[in-house]
Amino acid sequence: MSEFKVQHRDGEGVSVIDLRGYLDAHTAPDLENAFQKLLNEKKFNIVVNCKDLSYISSAGLGVFMAFIEDVRKNQGDIKLTNMSPKVYNVFDLLGFPILYEIYKDELEAVKKFGERR
Amino acid sequence: MKSMAKKLRKTIQSRTDHLLEVREFVLEAARKCGFSDDEASKIVLAVDEACTNVIKHAYQNAPDKEIQIEIQTDENTFQVSVIDEGKAFNPGAAKLPDLKQHLAQYRRGGLGVYLMRTLMDKVEYGYASGRRNEVRLIKYLTPSNSIVRG
Repeated sequence: MSEFKVQHRDGEGVSVIDLRGYLDAHTAPDLENAFQKLLNEKKFNIVVNCKDLSYISSAGLGVFMAFIEDVRKNQGDIKLTNMSPKVYNVFDLLGFPILYEIYKDELEAVKKFGERR
Repeated sequence: MKSMAKKLRKTIQSRTDHLLEVREFVLEAARKCGFSDDEASKIVLAVDEACTNVIKHAYQNAPDKEIQIEIQTDENTFQVSVIDEGKAFNPGAAKLPDLKQHLAQYRRGGLGVYLMRTLMDKVEYGYASGRRNEVRLIKYLTPSNSIVRG
């Protein structure tokens, strides 16, 4: 059984990470590796699509915290999309909507990156 | 179905690959007790955070230690105790972080403790001689957070 999956797509100067399953202390390192790989490749425009993400704990939220500063220093951003209400609630409880742009749809987020160019 | 006073127990090894199992254990018990799915999810997340803290802080990622999860329910109280024999840790004594400031500084730590306190009605810490730490996560069953299941 695959409890968590990170997949990454590239296009139009934006990298999209697709999350699937449970993002907890056990699977957070997988997401960390995905972000680190993008940063190593100097890809700083990142959209994280949470459509198939069914669960997140603070260990998962911590990964976003760990990379956002570096990404923004390089004129990039991490934008989050397609969250279920359950996952959004956890982000909201921790005040993440102040710090991160969250969109209903992946295309909206990708477009936002386009507007800046 | 509401049940009378009841005790359930589970012991896991201190590894993060057991968290899923703990969440399923707690979810089932919370639903059986009568909590709505929404409310049961909050309890599940709080217990996940407590176990993650034990693994990372009390046992400092040593994979072969034991964590006990005890669920005690009565008519209107659902209590989950997470018990370990690792390093004592008392976030109960610490002030809650100022969330806005915390986020502005991009700090990752402390979010779990904040979540536990926000998600549950009551969080208590206990210590016994012989290095036993216990965190008790308590949620009260009220008409607004429960449903009647057939």
